[in-house]
Amino acid sequence: MSNSAPVKISATDVKVFYGDNQALHGISMDVYQNEVISFIGPSGCGKSTFLRCMNRMNDTIEHCRVTGSILLDGRDIHEPALDVVQLRAQVGMVFQKPNPFPKSIYENIAYGPKLHGLAERKADLDDIVESSLRRAGLWNEVKDRLDQPGTGLSGGQQQRLCIARSIAVSPEVILMDEPCSALDPIATSIIEELIDELKQNFTIVIVTHNMQQAARVSDRTAFFHLGNLIEIGNTNDVFTNPQQKRTEDYITGRYG
Amino acid sequence: MSNLSLIVVLLILLALGYQLGMTRSRKVATVNPDLRMHSRPHHYGMMVGLWAVLPAFFILLLWLWLAPAVINSMMLAQLPVDVATLTADEVRVMSQRIGNLAGNFGVVADAEAWELAAAEHLRQLKTNSALVLTALMAVIAAAGMLYSLLRITPRLKARHQVERVVKALLVLCSTVAILTTIGIVLSMVGETMKFFSYIPPTEFFFGTTWNPRFSTVGVGEQGSFGLVPLLAGTAMIAGIAMLVAIPLGLMVAIYLAEYAPMKLRNTAKPVIEVLAGIPTIVYGFFALVTVGPFLRDLGAAIGLDINATSALTAGVVMGIMIIPFISSLSDDIITQVPKSMRDGSLGLGATKSETILKVVLPAALPGIVGAVLLAASRAIGETMIVVLAAGNSPALTANPFEAVSTVTVTIVNQLTGDNDFSSPQSLVAFALGLTLFVITLLLNVMALVIVRKYREQYE
Repeated sequence: MSNSAPVKISATDVKVFYGDNQALHGISMDVYQNEVISFIGPSGCGKSTFLRCMNRMNDTIEHCRVTGSILLDGRDIHEPALDVVQLRAQVGMVFQKPNPFPKSIYENIAYGPKLHGLAERKADLDDIVESSLRRAGLWNEVKDRLDQPGTGLSGGQQQRLCIARSIAVSPEVILMDEPCSALDPIATSIIEELIDELKQNFTIVIVTHNMQQAARVSDRTAFFHLGNLIEIGNTNDVFTNPQQKRTEDYITGRYG
Repeated sequence: MSNLSLIVVLLILLALGYQLGMTRSRKVATVNPDLRMHSRPHHYGMMVGLWAVLPAFFILLLWLWLAPAVINSMMLAQLPVDVATLTADEVRVMSQRIGNLAGNFGVVADAEAWELAAAEHLRQLKTNSALVLTALMAVIAAAGMLYSLLRITPRLKARHQVERVVKALLVLCSTVAILTTIGIVLSMVGETMKFFSYIPPTEFFFGTTWNPRFSTVGVGEQGSFGLVPLLAGTAMIAGIAMLVAIPLGLMVAIYLAEYAPMKLRNTAKPVIEVLAGIPTIVYGFFALVTVGPFLRDLGAAIGLDINATSALTAGVVMGIMIIPFISSLSDDIITQVPKSMRDGSLGLGATKSETILKVVLPAALPGIVGAVLLAASRAIGETMIVVLAAGNSPALTANPFEAVSTVTVTIVNQLTGDNDFSSPQSLVAFALGLTLFVITLLLNVMALVIVRKYREQYE
């Protein structure tokens, strides 16, 4: 990935506190447009916390405090005038465990567009549902049973449904919090291929525990440890020629 | 020996058997040092204690069940009067007289010589019976204890035996609960059948007039026993109660589950639940003294004619009473909706209230419906508030501002006061009770089925 692409998200000195407990100790990094960047690191290192800062999902947690600045397209996402609802439509999120709503497949996808008034007529909504499912590679599997509950799909299908659901509101960035950790290897590889296609249109930030996955799907990799960003660089460099001792130890499996 | 002292002795035997069993098992263990005892000493102790007590206890129960009838017939066999020529009722009256004489209670009119003799005979029989029982129990308890003591060997699985007794005890307890329910239903069914022998079921279930005249059987008119006005009154009051309780309870639940800070929730929830703990009679006079007049004045102010005691008064107060049923259960159910559902919705850019309305509540709906149905069955069965606040006027009306009556209130009315218990006026209470029971049972079953279906969704 050339660094000439425009900066999509720019974080400076981001600190997160849960009550008295500091989870992030000043993270600064840039995320470029249309890249896939992965966050790796041992459990509790703060990678998911940092991910959730990018669409202010940490707001929903009681006693959680975020300082520092995060710019999306040059605009601070914490400024009072910014509408957090719009932000989350712009920066979509896919969670660790597939979490389809207990509604039909169609309603799952149509949920976001209906909220934001993206479709005037039923036909427009149908189009959005179909194109979202197609882009998530799920259309052929579910087109005949759109009225059936989304919870009846397999785990991998559910996760692709959740990806389709977030695509449906036309976000610019998609945050993925360990999207494959609850899936089997086949479902995982389908999602990984999907991520590769999605980066044509979206900027993707993915948190993963699986280092092979980070190596396979991402252009750049950031290594977190104990709430600090230890190293960030092109995925190839980080995995073959880490600059930091701790990164090397983690990648070679010495801890974590 | 009296039955109570027999039971006390049995308890002492239990303790004694326990000690003996423990001692014996320790001794067996020292005699066979190379063999490991299957169970711990206290298991052997328990086993011996149970062997000593349980068989004797069953004899006691059996005796208490059978002996009175046997004694009575033995006493009757010795009577100078020819019992075979008397009717069953006469025999019953005579046995009772003699029983009272034997127990040194007074009887109506002077006792005749043969009656006194029979009473003396009965007393004798009872003494003998108690003696025989005591002796029998002593023998059986001793035999049980000895038998089990001698059986103690390292291989004896005392632990499993005790376990089986524990299981049997638990089964017995649940059987008591279930049998009680069945017994209540059966007795109601029996009385209801008697009632239907006076009044045909069609007249009861479809009659629109409720006017049971208080007359003894066979004299004058029967009166009308139409269920419809009562059922309508019940439905109206319960309906008003639900109209009050569902919105209030649900919003309380949503606030507590979704918005309230942890600290407030932990305080507010128990405080609201206190509402369910207030005795309903207190609600009743709250309705009568405060809410009724308030509603009447309010109605007068806006030009409505509202009775102080009306379906509205009773319904509103009852609604307040069942708020905690709905709020507490719904709150639990809403909290059970996984956080990932909320995250999914919020992550798509929904606001908090949109998330609650479109994702959380639909997901929790089956459970909430269950909670509402449970509250409804509570409302239908409620009595005291309605007795005081609904005005007790069993007329068919669709106007909630007028006095009405309900099934429960009518049951109270029919069973209090001087009334022959075999008259339709009293028997109708059982028919009403059974109807009510069936309705609330159906509601509860529906609620349980719905709640269970909901549970399967997330597990």
